[in-house]
Amino acid sequence: MADLTTDFLGIKSPNPFWLASAPPTDKEYNVRRAFEAGWGGVVWKTLGSDGPPVVNVNGPRYGVIHGADRRVLGLNNIELITDRPLDVNLAEITRVKKDYPDRALIVSLMVPCEEEAWKEVLPKVEATGADGIELNFGCPHGMSERGMGAAVGQVPEYIEMVTRWCKKYYSKPVIVKLTPNITDIRAPAEAAKRGGADAVSLINTINSIVSVDLDAMCPEPSIDGKGTHGGYCGPAVKPIAMSMVSEIARAPATAGFPISGIGGVTTWRDAAEYITLGCGNVQVCTAAMTYGFKVVQEMISGLSQWMDEKGHTSIQDFMGAAVPNTTDWQYLNLNYVAKASINQNDCISCGRCFAACEDTSHQAIAMSDDRKFSVVDAECVACNLCVEVCPVEGCITMVPQTAGSVDPRTGQTVDGSYANWTTHPNNPGACAAE
Amino acid sequence: MTSSMTPGIAANRLGQDELANNFADLHMPLQPHEVKVAADRCYFCHDAPCVTACPTDIDIPLFIRQISTGTPEAAAKTIFDMNILGGMCARVCPTEELCEQVCVREVAEGKPVEIGRLQRHATDTLMAQDAHPYKRAASTGKKIAIVGAGPAGLSCGHRLAMLGNEVMIYDANPKAGGLNEYGIAAYKSTNDFAQSEVDWLKSIGGITIENGQGLGRDIHLDQLASDFDAIFLSVGLSGVNALAIDGSEKDGVQDAVKFINDLRQSNDLATIPIGRNVVVIGGGMTAVDAAVQSKLLGAEQVTIAYRRGRDAMSASRYEQDLAASHGVKLLFNAQPNAVLGNGAATAVEFEYTAQNAGKLSGTGEMIQIAADQVFSAIGQTLNADVDLKLEGRKIAITGAGRTSRAGVWAGGDCASGGNDLTVTAVAEGRDAAMDIHETLMGAA
Ligand SMILES: Cc1cc2nc3c(=O)[nH]c(=O)nc-3n(C[C@H](O)[C@H](O)[C@H](O)COP(=O)(O)OP(=O)(O)OC[C@H]3O[C@@H](n4cnc5c(N)ncnc54)[C@H](O)[C@@H]3O)c2cc1C
Ligand SMILES: Cc1cc2nc3c(=O)[nH]c(=O)nc-3n(C[C@H](O)[C@H](O)[C@H](O)COP(=O)(O)O)c2cc1C
Ligand code: SF4
Ligand code: SF4
Ligand code: SF4
Repeated sequence: MADLTTDFLGIKSPNPFWLASAPPTDKEYNVRRAFEAGWGGVVWKTLGSDGPPVVNVNGPRYGVIHGADRRVLGLNNIELITDRPLDVNLAEITRVKKDYPDRALIVSLMVPCEEEAWKEVLPKVEATGADGIELNFGCPHGMSERGMGAAVGQVPEYIEMVTRWCKKYYSKPVIVKLTPNITDIRAPAEAAKRGGADAVSLINTINSIVSVDLDAMCPEPSIDGKGTHGGYCGPAVKPIAMSMVSEIARAPATAGFPISGIGGVTTWRDAAEYITLGCGNVQVCTAAMTYGFKVVQEMISGLSQWMDEKGHTSIQDFMGAAVPNTTDWQYLNLNYVAKASINQNDCISCGRCFAACEDTSHQAIAMSDDRKFSVVDAECVACNLCVEVCPVEGCITMVPQTAGSVDPRTGQTVDGSYANWTTHPNNPGACAAE
Repeated sequence: MTSSMTPGIAANRLGQDELANNFADLHMPLQPHEVKVAADRCYFCHDAPCVTACPTDIDIPLFIRQISTGTPEAAAKTIFDMNILGGMCARVCPTEELCEQVCVREVAEGKPVEIGRLQRHATDTLMAQDAHPYKRAASTGKKIAIVGAGPAGLSCGHRLAMLGNEVMIYDANPKAGGLNEYGIAAYKSTNDFAQSEVDWLKSIGGITIENGQGLGRDIHLDQLASDFDAIFLSVGLSGVNALAIDGSEKDGVQDAVKFINDLRQSNDLATIPIGRNVVVIGGGMTAVDAAVQSKLLGAEQVTIAYRRGRDAMSASRYEQDLAASHGVKLLFNAQPNAVLGNGAATAVEFEYTAQNAGKLSGTGEMIQIAADQVFSAIGQTLNADVDLKLEGRKIAITGAGRTSRAGVWAGGDCASGGNDLTVTAVAEGRDAAMDIHETLMGAA
């Protein structure tokens, strides 16, 4: 079995699966049970300053986008940071870390944007023996209205400033958790790095309204007839998060900067994908909230099986492996030609590929009177729509056309060489090779 | 050319193609798309009822999740960790009375997650790879004798070998596997699966199987006790209850287990003689298997006659329906009175029964059913003369298979308790192995 041990910023954990700062890591009871279930680490539910804790709403906090069979695809919440007293949390953290020295325990923090506030709280956190801190610059609701969370995370200068304070008053690793509610994720990541952060983690939740009650005329979850936007997470946000991760991994200013990947990790495969895009580990919230702590067992067995199959002996072996292949559109090979192909043995004749292609794509699927569906190569642009709407996985595949063959759509011979938009004759800005 | 209509008992009632078709897998392996759809239906329930209902406590939600994330091999490990004969159990478990009966989707929609077939998909995938998935622990220097190479003995032996012990399995039959090899209906275990499973299981190492060794005949308990550190008895129920009615000595009257045994060992199903009219007496899985397989061999009329009502039948409703769907007639509340015929059976006479004050008795009304062949399936019995305390007609056990004699454990059909299922035998063998190992290690 492959070695899943992870060293992230010098913090060791038996596997790369950490629970993200959220209800699953809200208290000692949860965290102990999470460690017993096999989680490699946790980021404790975000702590605030000493004094009266925040209060949460007493009505519904969550809304969900469901897939078929009520599968949870996206989760929206309007919960705030911890509503438990600081000293209680710190005492619990101290106890848990002592009992689980081999697991990663990170303390998430969100205090006002003043040096004094950080100077006040950080020594207390240091005293718990926790392995590091994560700065919650991401919470998109409630806390941002008070000048914290996303309100800080959207201003790179603030990120840099607060990170500096943390490095000044705290000796262990500082992770900056980024909000996705921003146009260019590279700016806050660079700011964190400039401020001396040891890593970034992303994403926190995305501003969202998941549904509207059409009788009450109120967004949901509705609290006594009113609703507000919440933070969106779960499988639905994974593509957004991975794109942001890849941008940070590719940007020259932040390339190689440690990243903890968060957003929709539900299976071993999601985790492997994040790691190939440059993450040193992953954090999970919604999957645990949907299926319970036990869900980590599949992540562990699956990742380890896949690594064995691929001959990877450690996470390091494939970390960032997909980054060099993540590029800009203009560098994609325009000489590459593929055609869809339907495996008639697997086809169940539902006609979804036909409807999709005929109505909204390139009229490249033919339907016979006896419901046989086949690809018309002379029309197929290889858009992949049919592949994705087909209910049978693997029934339609994209077949690369061999160099030298003629593409019946364009009448041109498939060229085996590489040529992209930058040199394409149709590109007004193309610089012809001289 | 013979056919279903040929009178008396005859071979070759059906052609080879039809026979091959009849004896193919009862449930075909799931195809990739079916696997996806079936696995997708599992809710990953907490403290799942299906797990509680599985006698071997397989973590069903976990293995199904592992299948749906594209790692059937990891799923198979989850299964084998608890049930090393998970491959056979996936084929033979009456899931409709076990895991699938209590699946929340059975309760909610009348359509359970297809646990058994998904289990088969996972185990078949891993077993098709060459490497055995388990390694043995460092040698303990302990030697354990197991008598009976059925599911209980094999499960016990594998677990003990894995824990570092040397295992010697003796079996009276020429082949290992117990009823997996000699009893289970042919359409449940196709392609010689029982033997390939034994070979696969043995490939962990540390297990020797000696066939043709009968306890009380070639080997003896006292001798084993002095040669080995512990003994596990898993001899099953290889004796049969005799049909004690007039005419039961007539030609054509046979024990159902023997008939199935011959069928399972046959290289050419066409050569098996089968009656045009077959009557099977009994109400369990053996009766159903004998009746269905008679039909599949080409018998024209097959009747299962059971002395009590449908609800009391130990074959599940699913098994009853399986029989009915093959054209087997189910006759309830009829007890056999005599086999009729001049030298060879031609009919069985039954008397209808009724419950009177909780007691079953004949009503006096008689019925005759034509029968060239009569299979008796009225229960099996312990067939090993061992000087151990019995409970009823089985070896009395306490805890994880401890018998009345120190150092001797028992499990599977031959031991008290249990429900005479393959999966239960596997669970008992595994648990006894753990207890034997812990006992020997404690004593070391
Ligand atoms: C016809 C039939 C169909 C069945 N169908 C199903 C089914 O579909 N699903 C299901 O779950 N269960 C089924 N069962 C029940 C299931 O087969 C048994 O519960 C299971 O095989 C019990 O396992 P075991 O290891 O205890 O005994 P067995 O499988 O009976 O194995 C006992 C072994 O001990 C050996 N042995 C016996 N006496 C001696 C001796 N004196 N010395 C040495 N060796 C000896 C035998 O040769 C045999 O190999 C069926 C049973 C029968 C008879
Ligand atoms: C109910 C809820 C509360 C959360 N609270 C916090 C929080 O206190 N601090 C924080 O940094 N992130 C918080 N998050 C965000 C998660 O840590 C995580 O970044 C996000 O859910 C994306 O991961 P996922 O798709 O695995 O859920 C919360 C998320 C949810 C659903
Ligand atoms: S969508 Fe897939 S299954 Fe349906 S007709 Fe097209 S190829 Fe066949
Ligand atoms: S072993 Fe049998 S009862 Fe247990 S899960 Fe598998 S099929 Fe169900
Ligand atoms: S009860 Fe059914 S749905 Fe629930 S875990 Fe078991 S198989 Fe899955």
